[in-house]
Amino acid sequence: MGEALGLAVGLVLSGDADLLEIVLLSLRVSLTATAIACLVGLPVGALVAIGRFRGRNAVLILMNALMGLPPVVVGLLVYLHLSRSGPLGFLGLLYTPTAMIIAQAILITPIVAALSRQVLEDLHIEYAEQFRSLCLTRWQTVQALLWDARYSLLTVGLAGFGRAVAEVGAVIIVGGNIDHLTRVMTTAIALETSKGDLALALALGIILLVIALGVNAAVQAVRMTAARQAYV
Amino acid sequence: MKTALSAHATALLPLTVRDLVLRVDKATVLDGVNLDLGGRGCTMIMGANGAGKSLLLKLLHGLMPSTSGRISWGEHAPSEVTARQALVFQKPVLLRRSVAANIDFVLKARGKDMTRRDALLEHVGLSHKAGQPARLLSGGEAQRLALARALATDPEVLLLDEPTASLDPASVLAIESIVSEACSRGVRIIFVTHDIGQARRIADDVVFLHRGRVAEHTAAATFFPEPHSDAARNYLSGKIVV
Amino acid sequence: MLKRSIMASVAVLLLGGNAWAQDQSIIVQSTTSTANSGLFDYMLPIFQKETGIQVNVVAVGTGQAIKNAENCDGDVLLVHAKAAEEKFVAAGFGTKRTDLMYNDFVIVGPAADPAGVGGMQDVQGALAQIAEAGALFASRGDDSGTHKKEMALWADTGVDPLAASGTWYRETGSGMGATLNTGIGMGAYVLTDRATWISFENKQDFVIQVQGDEDLFNQYGVIPVNPAKCPAVKVDAAQTFADWLVSAEGQEVIAGFKIADQQLFFPNAPQN
Repeated sequence: MGEALGLAVGLVLSGDADLLEIVLLSLRVSLTATAIACLVGLPVGALVAIGRFRGRNAVLILMNALMGLPPVVVGLLVYLHLSRSGPLGFLGLLYTPTAMIIAQAILITPIVAALSRQVLEDLHIEYAEQFRSLCLTRWQTVQALLWDARYSLLTVGLAGFGRAVAEVGAVIIVGGNIDHLTRVMTTAIALETSKGDLALALALGIILLVIALGVNAAVQAVRMTAARQAYV
Repeated sequence: MKTALSAHATALLPLTVRDLVLRVDKATVLDGVNLDLGGRGCTMIMGANGAGKSLLLKLLHGLMPSTSGRISWGEHAPSEVTARQALVFQKPVLLRRSVAANIDFVLKARGKDMTRRDALLEHVGLSHKAGQPARLLSGGEAQRLALARALATDPEVLLLDEPTASLDPASVLAIESIVSEACSRGVRIIFVTHDIGQARRIADDVVFLHRGRVAEHTAAATFFPEPHSDAARNYLSGKIVV
Repeated sequence: MLKRSIMASVAVLLLGGNAWAQDQSIIVQSTTSTANSGLFDYMLPIFQKETGIQVNVVAVGTGQAIKNAENCDGDVLLVHAKAAEEKFVAAGFGTKRTDLMYNDFVIVGPAADPAGVGGMQDVQGALAQIAEAGALFASRGDDSGTHKKEMALWADTGVDPLAASGTWYRETGSGMGATLNTGIGMGAYVLTDRATWISFENKQDFVIQVQGDEDLFNQYGVIPVNPAKCPAVKVDAAQTFADWLVSAEGQEVIAGFKIADQQLFFPNAPQN
């Protein structure tokens, strides 16, 4: 453990170009996947939050169950579609960062949708009567809820990002862990572990943890500013 | 500020309520309300706690269905004309945004002239708070903002549900003057209150609810000196009425 | 406004920096043993400098590498399971299989050597002795080239280890490195290729116990994927890479790859 910590500090201080490349790709893939998951998951969460329709309970159960999608299964499904012999093979996306983004986006969209549904439903209970009095359309209601819950939804996005940046099962299948192309933090850790270089693997893990801490701290700072203005 | 009274082809008033019954979880809250309100003025609805005042207001606004009976705004059912009315709640529900953004939101959502925001804030005395978070306003300021938001929709009828409960006297007067001004411009006011002094100050007529029915509906000039019903008499004299 | 800029940046991130777009890059489906040992890291920069072709290596077990190539998700296959490779070519997925190089398998085990096989050369004898003693043995169990080799050796021995699966015979279902980590963790014998073992960094008290048998010979082959089955294959670049590997120069590069002064792979492509 001490050896790994020293190695981690050494790696960071040396400004290792390969490490930087891997870290930046991790961030690029997982942040983009989070953005896509939010673009899709937040409106879905909002519509389910304010909706009263038949089968709503079934939708809720499905959304919550999909939060537990195993990354390997998502990776396999995406692989089967993007494989050159698959239906979307002509796009030539397998073993690219785009494929990894797609897989992670699919993995975390249910998380964003299910968690945002909870946040937005709580807020809607407070706003519903006022909004009905103002005769807002469904879409206006969705927009208002999303905007007013924006700081709580940051935490939801963070949960999605955390899951994306930490998973290895999906990206290793659709990305292939190709050096200088699709190698990210988690696949690099898996590789070093398989090489038996446990200290380096752990050092990379420590760096990943520090990155996650940094992202969380940044979001927390934004939330605290918002809380002071009673916007949370 | 212009009013939109003439913009609609059919008038909302007179309001006719016939045999209105509302049961909530088997408890009868309204038990055959009959009421006729004419075209102008400020009607106060009074009565003891639990008399069904707030729920009557929501029924009139079209926010919930009645168990039986009929409400007609001119020729319309309440739910058809919700947009031509505005309701100010006892506890204002403000968006988690700035004071100005709360007004902007309603103007935009209802397709109104966005440039009216500053005039609306000025009208309720909140210009100096425009950029501040709405949810950090004092109780009186928050209710004034809720009133400005209601007026932004150019309502023909303004419904108020104890808007000044638990506010300080200065805030109460500020809100009363905004309401009176709207009334003088021709906005029909229906105002639920517990505050007898407030009713004296601004009521043109008073509807007194007792045990789910209209105990009396009298002009203010008559109601306060000589209420007809025992229930109202007891209420005005400070007796506890159950 | 905000929404539009989010959309724009998503589009840029999705589409930008897509290395696949370069035509001069190929995908090689290969095995963990070649990748983990560092052979590719040593060899590919030399090849790329000469030809300008970027080689992207997907390192998985031989079984999965062949499957991926059959799905047309690779331009060249470089694995070590001769029978499966020949089947791959016979089915039309590959154009031609060429012997490329070999290394050998060894059986590693704890220094305490509970089955007493240390120093043995006869691999079948050693395996029989391990089975007899009921000493722990960790198998890849993942249909990889190494796993196929191990199963063939057990068959020669006349022992059916699967009957003991879960007792002394432990199938990890994982790659070589993961299986070594597991085996070392539980003190089990492991069949591994020498290249992976030499470069493996978590040996602890494990040493090579059995080596030198001709039956432990580990032949690698290289096969370009057939464009008749997979039209998207980058035929020219793939052929250039395969040709270079078996050329005198490529073979020399393979022979020159050393870790701790030990040569890991021995080129044996037919030269004419």
